Formats: sequence, C-alpha cells, structure tokens
Amino acid sequence: MTVGERVAAGASPAVAIARRLVIFVVSVGVASVVVFAFMAVLPGDPAQVALGVNATPELVEQTRQEFGLDRPLVTQYLDWMGGLLTGDFGTSYVTKEAIGPQLLDRLGVTLWLVGAGMLVALLLAVPTGIVAAVRHRKPSGVIVSAASQVGVAVPAFLAAIILVQVFAVQLGWLPSGGWTPPAYDVGAWLSGLILPAVSLGLVQGAVLTRYVRSAVLDVQREDFLRTARAKGLRPYPALLRHGLRNAAVPVVTVLGLQLATLLVGAVVIERVFVLPGLGSMLLDAVAARDLLTVQSVVLVLVVGVLLVNFLVDVLYAVLDPRLRRS
Amino acid sequence: MRGNLVVGGALVGVVVVTALVSLLWTPLDPQAVDASVRLLGPTSQHLLGTDKFGRDVLSQLMVGAQTTLYVGIVAVGLAAVAGVPLGVLAAMGPRWLGELVLRTSDLVLAFPALLLAIMLAAVYGASTLTAMIAIGVATVPAFARVARAGTLQVLSREYTLAARAGGRSRWWIAWRHVLPNVSGMVVVQSSVSFAMAVLAEAALSFLGFGTAPPTPSWGRMLQESQELLAVDARLALVPGLAIAAVVLGFNLLGDGLRDRFDPHLEARR
Amino acid sequence: MTERACPEGHLGGVERPEGALGGVDRPDSSPDQGLHREPERDGLLAVDGLSITHDDGELVDDVSFRIAQGERVGLIGASGSGKSLTASAIMGLLPDGLAASGSVTLRGRQLLGAPERELSRLRGKDLGMVFQEPMTALNPAMRIGRQVAEALTIHGTARRRAADRARELLDRVGLPERTARAYPHELSGGQRQRVLLTIALANDPALLICDEPTTALDVTVQAQVLDLVAEGVRDRGTSLLFITHDLAVIASVCERVLVCRDGRLVEEGPVRAVLSDPEHDYTRRLVEAAL
Repeated sequence: MTVGERVAAGASPAVAIARRLVIFVVSVGVASVVVFAFMAVLPGDPAQVALGVNATPELVEQTRQEFGLDRPLVTQYLDWMGGLLTGDFGTSYVTKEAIGPQLLDRLGVTLWLVGAGMLVALLLAVPTGIVAAVRHRKPSGVIVSAASQVGVAVPAFLAAIILVQVFAVQLGWLPSGGWTPPAYDVGAWLSGLILPAVSLGLVQGAVLTRYVRSAVLDVQREDFLRTARAKGLRPYPALLRHGLRNAAVPVVTVLGLQLATLLVGAVVIERVFVLPGLGSMLLDAVAARDLLTVQSVVLVLVVGVLLVNFLVDVLYAVLDPRLRRS
Repeated sequence: MRGNLVVGGALVGVVVVTALVSLLWTPLDPQAVDASVRLLGPTSQHLLGTDKFGRDVLSQLMVGAQTTLYVGIVAVGLAAVAGVPLGVLAAMGPRWLGELVLRTSDLVLAFPALLLAIMLAAVYGASTLTAMIAIGVATVPAFARVARAGTLQVLSREYTLAARAGGRSRWWIAWRHVLPNVSGMVVVQSSVSFAMAVLAEAALSFLGFGTAPPTPSWGRMLQESQELLAVDARLALVPGLAIAAVVLGFNLLGDGLRDRFDPHLEARR
Repeated sequence: MTERACPEGHLGGVERPEGALGGVDRPDSSPDQGLHREPERDGLLAVDGLSITHDDGELVDDVSFRIAQGERVGLIGASGSGKSLTASAIMGLLPDGLAASGSVTLRGRQLLGAPERELSRLRGKDLGMVFQEPMTALNPAMRIGRQVAEALTIHGTARRRAADRARELLDRVGLPERTARAYPHELSGGQRQRVLLTIALANDPALLICDEPTTALDVTVQAQVLDLVAEGVRDRGTSLLFITHDLAVIASVCERVLVCRDGRLVEEGPVRAVLSDPEHDYTRRLVEAAL
C-alpha cells in the first residue's frame, strides 16, 4: 500500500489506527483458522501421523481420545483458541509436554537473534545507503551500490557458513554455535550471538541499503531539499535535517517487511548455529511429526509478522504529519 | 542502465545453457558414488573435485541448475497466472472485490514461502512439488499488487477514458489496453520473483525441505558440505557462488528491464 | 547587447510608502528616475558567457547580463528556454549531471566553481531564492516557524532570537500568528509562497531570485504575492532577478527585461522600451501574444 493510499484510508489518525487495529485482529483470527485448517485436513490424522504407520489402531484411537481429536473440528478449533487466549497452547501429542512454556523460552532466543540482526542491518544500511545516494555519480557510490546488489544475492546461510569458517574455525575468535542465556553469562551470550546476528543482518542490510539509497535519492530530488540548500545548508546537513525524516517513511515500510523476513530467516540461521529458538523448535517438531507444536509455532510466527505490519502502520501516523494533523 | 541488462542477461543465460546442456550431457554421472575418489580437489577428471561420496561436483552443479530453474519457473509461473488476473480484477471489478483481494494478499504475505513450505512438508512430506507450491503461493500477492497498480495507472490514462466514453466494455479495455501495458511490469516482477524463488528453494533444500535426494540441488549440496567445512570449504563455495550468481543475475535483469519499460525513470533533468 | 537608456517600468499596484527597513542603496524609489540614477548604481551581479551543458548538448549558451544594486530585472522566455537553469547556476544549485562554464560574480566574487563551503555561506544570506512550486518546496514534516527560523540560525542568529524574528517576518507578509506552528499541508499555495518569500528574504539578501513564483497560483493570489515580492525587495534595497514566461508580470514588477530563447539571450532593455518596440522577432511574438 502506498503512502497516498494510507493517507486516504482514514480521515483522522485515531480513526486510521483504530481501523488498522481491527484489521490486525481480524487477520490474526483468519490466520489462526488457516493454520488450524491446514493441519486438520491432512490425510490421516494427527494421532496417526505422530505415532507412525506401525501403531496399532487401538493405540491411535486411544491417543485420539486422549487429545480430543475425535471431537468435531469446530469444537477442536474453539478449544484450541480458548486455550490460546489464556496462554495455554496445549500438550504435544508426541512428547506429552505442555507447549506454551517451551514456546515462550524459544521465542526469547529468536527475538534476541532477530533484534540483533535488525540492529546489524540498520547499522550497515543507513550510513552506506546515504553515502551511496549522495555520491551516486561518483565511483565510491557506484561501488557501494554494486556491493549491495551482490550482497542481496547471497543466501543468509551461505554468509553464515563463511563467517563460521573464518571467525570460528580459522581464527577461533567466536563460537561456531550454541546458546548461553544472557542471565547465565553475558559475555558468552554476546559472543554466541554475534555470528548469527551478523549472518542474518548482513544480507538484510544489503537489501535495506538499496532501499535507503533509493529513498534518499528520491528525497534529494524533492523541492524542499533545494529550498534547504538555498537557505545555505550544506549537502549533508540539509539531508540530515530535512531529508531523513521524510526518507524514513518508505524505509520504515521496508523495515517492517524485513522484520518478517528476518523472523523466517532466523529459522535457517538457528539451524546453522544450533540455537534453541522458534526455528529449531519448528524444524524439530516437523521431524518428530508433532503437528500441534508445528501449528503453534507457525501461528506465533505468523502473528509476529502481522503484529509488525500493524506497528508499521501506527509508526506511519507518527512519522508523517500529514496523517497526524489532517 | 544498459549494464544491468547485459550482466544480468549473461548470468541468467549461462545458467539456462548449463541446465539445457546437462539434460543431454554431463562430464560424469552426477549420482555415481565412488568411494575411491572421495573429497578430491580439482583434477583433470573432476574439474571441481568430488564430494564425500566421490560424486563429481561439476556434474552435480550442472544438474542442480535444472532443479533451480525448474522450481523457479513453476513457482513464478504459478504466482503470475494466479496473481495477474486477481490484480486486474481487483482494479477493474467492484470495490468490495478489490478490497477482498488486497486483504487476502496481506494475509498471504504473513505466511512467507519458507513457513508455508515447512507447513506443507509437515503434512505431506518434503518434495520439489511442495517447495514449488509454497513459493508460488507466497509470491501471488507480489504479482497481484503489481498488476493492480499497473491497471489503475492504465485506467486513468486518456486513451482508456476515451475508450470508456466510446462505450467499450470493461473486458475489451482490459484485453486491449490493460494487459499489454501491465505485461512489462509483470515481466520485471517475474525476474525479481525468480531471484527470490531461487533463494527460497536453496534455503528449503538446505533445511532438507526441498528436492529429495538423490536429485542434485544446490541448497542440498551446501547442506551436505557443512560438516566438511573445516576439511574442504570448496564444497560449500561452489554451490554457494552458483546460487549467488543466479540470484544476482535475475535481480540485475529485473532492474535492467525496469529501466527499459519505465524510460521516464531514467531521463531526469 | 546594448542597453537602451529609457525610463523603467512601473510598479503595478505597489504604490506604497517607502518601508522603514533597508532601502539604503536607493535614495529615491519613485519610478521614472532610472535614467538619472543609472550611473550611480553599483554593479552587484555580473554574468559573463555563462553556458550550461548536459551530456546531450548545450542548454544555456553564452548568456551575459548584469544586475545593479537595487535593480529589478525580469528574465522572460518559454519553458525550456534555460531561464530556470540560469537561476540555478547563479545559486550554484544546478541539478546533477549539468555543468556550468563562464563566469558569475557577485560583487566581484567568482561564484562558478567556488567551493561548496563558500557558496553555502552566500546562499540564504546574500542570495535568496523563491521557487516555482510552493506545494513541494517546503518540508512537509517540519513546522513553518522552524523552517523560517532555520534560514536565520544557519547564518548565525541565536535560536531563540531567530524564532521571534521568524514570527515577525511571517507577520510582515500578512500571515497570521498561528502559521508558525502549522505544517505546510495546512496552508494554501499562496500562503506557502509567502512563507518561501519570507525565508528567501529573511537575511535581507543583496539579490533575490524568483523562479516563476506565481505560475502555480490563482490569478488573485498572484497579484498579492507579486505585491509582496515588490515590497520586500524595495524595503530592503534588494536586487531582483524575476523569472517568468508572463510579460504582464514583468511589466508590473521589473525595470529591465532580458528575453531568453533556446538558451540564448535575444533581447535586453528597459521594460517599457522592449514592450513598446520589440526588436527581436521572438519578443514581438511574445508581446503580440500577451496583448
């Protein structure tokens, strides 16, 4: 959705935000139905899948009853949702353990990873994007944008493999994987977080650099930047004072979309670095054919993406006074 | 910039030719296991060496190009075939339909390709098919949006207004004016989406949710090489660079085509 | 190009008493004295052999003219004739990819090729500029008061003093008190152009360049803005380079006119003389079209 459409979407910002909130809540509802339906309509049933083909029909039936899988789908869905609203994610068909506490634990790891990855991406992209835009006709600017074009093409897991090879295996500066909770040992936590975060952030940073560059290029062509220069501001100060806030609007949209990409990218990175995050939980659950856990993790990730999109919409209202005071 | 088009086209061309050649000929059988030549460096027999099973890396790489292109073509084709009509309908049809398409595509965007593929794999088991469907479905919104934006743009032009005033039907206008004008943007989107599809397929194969063995795939070559990194980084670099080159190629091609179809972006005074 | 000694054009609708501020260079502001005053005026801006080139060729070709202290000069021509580029070249703000050669001096100081550092000290202080598009020339995300005050703080005015002064200046162009706290989208086109004029004149510059400042405005609003431009430069003794394609506007504001066509100056002279007896074909057609 373009800025124009967003502006047109609501007369006052409060109304616009309320409208977005409704859309968010409805989307979460629909997403939960989609996830549930996806898992429910599979050939066979979760109990069979969890127990494997060799399980006796009696055992399957017993498991079905144990987990309420013999009830109508609507009842199952409502029961699942009712549990979710009170923070109860149910019990795994495979491990017979509660899913909620584990999910919360894993979520923490993933959020650290995504947050740190985002930070790396921003630290990389904002300065390089600005330089690439300001110098877009000079060799240095061209080199930066060519490098970012190449960076975009590198899969995150390849970056991870190379970084591990160099910094963990060859130089031995950082661990090649594993996770230490920050409460346990901050130093170990940080050194374990660096390589995954850089792997995740480097590639996203390259993508973001291109958006920052083009947003800054666009803003540089704006008449108000010329006005700022005509007042006597030099190029960089003019850009910093007048350009960045306006360039931030399109960049924030991309940032929102990127957070979603990072959340999913984390799944791969967690696998490379053996981090106990949501991604590993998801992959382990798939391997163990633990469908309720798969369903829960997928829902959490999807809601995370929707939540980010919603927050981006709210941020719009803050960044753009045309929305704030019209 | 012409350079984008040339470099992008060349990179993509090399991969396409490689894949086509590999249909008829590869230096050695890519699946032939030979314990006597495990983990060889480049030799005259094996130009890119062998992997841990003694398979020829160059032959695997060539056949892997087929997988990459196959998944990309099907996924992007699926997305375009579903997405473009939806986008045109969203722009030309009644308001509620447009709104519905937009909301639905927002929702689909919340299910990234990787997640969809893992869900599919959890239920149906991992295969090339599930990977292609997941990537395709996740890419539909991109095409729907591009087609919708392009259609709205065309509908506001004088010649469509004139056609409307002249009593032409919506569908005549869609066929005669909208599709030809949207097609350029769709081609650009296809190139960009192809790059993303290649990345997604590689990530899925890397995680073991893509093409199943023994069919060679670049993502899986990477995954298999991981444990041997300390021994021989070449095994990771070869497929890794191949993936990066294809993605770079399609991205550049997309940029180049965009400049082509959008000349007003270029000529600025 | 020779100058014809002739009475200057009149100030349409601007028969106001001399303002209290500025006006030092001009002992007498009443019209019809241009002939006598001409030799007393010091040169301010001298443009010599200015050419502007793009990869594809020349956009402005060997343009030369002078502007005296306090003089009001119009530059007229069709769109694409290179008049806006000439203005941008004087400000040192040519778009990317364009290069200027020749000479532009302000009080004898060479501006072309001068370091950015030096130019930015002149811009906004000695050179003010108002652009064509009022709708996009103000930062949409910054309050008006700050945008005006910034023109002052950049050149050394203390922040608080600049804020007060900004309010005064806005008041002087007839904008209500609350304007300072408004965002650009809350103002009309005419109001925005007043703000931009205020910014351009904030530091009492030696030269004000107006690039079609009224083209995008309604006719009634045009007249008001023209009045404010004329009044603003007269009060301050500021020289004016007014770019337009509208002869009537030139006639009402300027003393002397330069006619630009396809990147060249084809005619030059006092407004009344050029309008009543155009020498060049192109000028004649312009005049005929305007009548």
